[in-house]
Amino acid sequence: MSQVARSKGRAGFITGFLVAPLALYLTFVIWPYVQTFGYSFTNWSGQSPTFDFVGTDNYATLLKDEVFRGALWHNLLLLVFVPVVTILLALFFAFMVNAGGRSGAGGVRGVGGSRVYKVVYFFPQVLSLAILSVLFGAIYRSDEGGLLNGFLTRIGLIDAQHPVEWLNEPDFVLWALLFVVVWHGVGFYLVLFSAAMQSVPKDIYEAALLDGAGRAQTFFKVTLPLLWDSVQTSAVYLGIAAMDMFVLVSTMTSGQFGGGPDHHSEVMSTVLMRNFLYFGKSGYACAMGVVMLALTMILSIVTLRATRRERIEF
Amino acid sequence: MAAQTTVIKAPGEDAAERTGGSGRPGERRKRDSEGMVLNVFSHGFLILWAIMIVLPLIWLALGSFKTDAQIGGSALSWPGNWHFDAFGRAWEKGIGGYFANTLIVLVFSVPLTMLLGSMAAYVLARYPFTGNRVIYYFFVSGAMFPVFLALVPLFFMVKRFDMLNTYQGLILVYVAYSMPFTVFFMHSFFRTLPTAIHEAAVIDGASDTRIFFQVMLPMAKPGLISVGIFNVLGQWNQYILPAVLMQPQTSGEPERYMLTQGLIQLQYQMGYETDLPVLFAGATIAIIPMLAVYLSFQRQIQAGLTSATLK
Repeated sequence: MSQVARSKGRAGFITGFLVAPLALYLTFVIWPYVQTFGYSFTNWSGQSPTFDFVGTDNYATLLKDEVFRGALWHNLLLLVFVPVVTILLALFFAFMVNAGGRSGAGGVRGVGGSRVYKVVYFFPQVLSLAILSVLFGAIYRSDEGGLLNGFLTRIGLIDAQHPVEWLNEPDFVLWALLFVVVWHGVGFYLVLFSAAMQSVPKDIYEAALLDGAGRAQTFFKVTLPLLWDSVQTSAVYLGIAAMDMFVLVSTMTSGQFGGGPDHHSEVMSTVLMRNFLYFGKSGYACAMGVVMLALTMILSIVTLRATRRERIEF
Repeated sequence: MAAQTTVIKAPGEDAAERTGGSGRPGERRKRDSEGMVLNVFSHGFLILWAIMIVLPLIWLALGSFKTDAQIGGSALSWPGNWHFDAFGRAWEKGIGGYFANTLIVLVFSVPLTMLLGSMAAYVLARYPFTGNRVIYYFFVSGAMFPVFLALVPLFFMVKRFDMLNTYQGLILVYVAYSMPFTVFFMHSFFRTLPTAIHEAAVIDGASDTRIFFQVMLPMAKPGLISVGIFNVLGQWNQYILPAVLMQPQTSGEPERYMLTQGLIQLQYQMGYETDLPVLFAGATIAIIPMLAVYLSFQRQIQAGLTSATLK
């Protein structure tokens, strides 16, 4: 086969292999993303085929929308607490599981049964958020039939006549949801950090041990700096998850697409969906989508900058 | 990369070694007692968290064997109805159908995701051509954007194709949204395969297409299994896309809810009908296949996760 024919055939092959995946991806992912920007400047209802361009009106309305501002504030709270709590717990557990056990001979290893812990802790990660919603809906029940209330009543911490309405208390609802996210996520990050810890050469630990470092010192002076890249990546992932929260809020809290009581658990995604599917304000919902994108971008950049450190090679 | 190098030892073994150590006795004992306190402390936390994961799930499953009154009464009551009737009712209430819907969609969407994702990743990983990098980043960047950004136009796009509340519509959307991760992962996998085999196949006169299907794809099997599992988990657990795209459009249309949607539906319904054992049974039915998949593939899942994130 001549060189020309060969390269022609190759071009055909490359195109052939790329056409279908690209077409699908462009149609259902990229093009809708792009369209959102356009629609966000219109008063489109979604039902009627006609709409007008209203410039930045939607964005101006957003700024004044009390519900959306509250939702934004809740997202920001979650943005701080979800990553911090999850990462701290996961780091602690990962350290215990991988380097917590010690023998007199100076080896570094996990505590006993570490494999079992890893398997059990990761399990919530494969459960769907819908299952979490059913499970924690039952756990947080507002009567004694809820696992949490039932347990707290049994040990005498709360009065059986006045159980706590976890998901209806304005002050508790967001934290109750936060706990679900943490419960769900810790195992994943434990496995992630474990992998990073295991790729650290053992002699680094042994050297630290010989120099007389305790467990806490080993953790802060050796493990954490070597893991910084993974921690950073995790913070971004968790931040993105905290920007979403749609399934849990919309299914576990009261109100159309959740957000109750009285908007105390409202997040941006639930406000967006309510405006889109319930109020029929598609253009306005698109503007919210754009704001969410902007915040996600800012969040990623800020997290990566703020946590930037000198990279340690090993 | 050594993924599984943790030495597993029973706690007892540890303690025996520790007390059996020689050397400076005083020094050692001091550190040992500090170690013991820490050990009890940390083991306590590890066990506590494990209980916090396992106990609620067992409690949920037990709920399927309670009566509605028992569930509303006290959380810590022991089941009094050791029959599977709640499971039967959950199945009739639609869990069986939702289960089937999810299976129908996944049977097509996962293989299609793997095939199209691998094809794109393979070409991008091994054939230099103009625009290669652009297309690669184009694919991968999709993972960064929140899906909410696309929802409104996506709904109307699928509507225009007349594919709302159809299996094929959801299948195509699932495939499209699984592309970024699949291409990213398989791209790095195909890059690690040796070029010598490819050259040998070319000398033997195999066409590019044939090399891909008969040489490269079989060699990429470990990668395919990892991505496959993640796609199965991700698409099985998807909620937001079916919630928007799989709603009956007219009153006569059948419900083609996915299992996740169906569960939420059941949650609302059973709240009104006060038949909570059905809800608990439904959730248990939804958990069991995940538990089975997870326990049989947990090694691949953890190894896959490791290689995907530590590149």
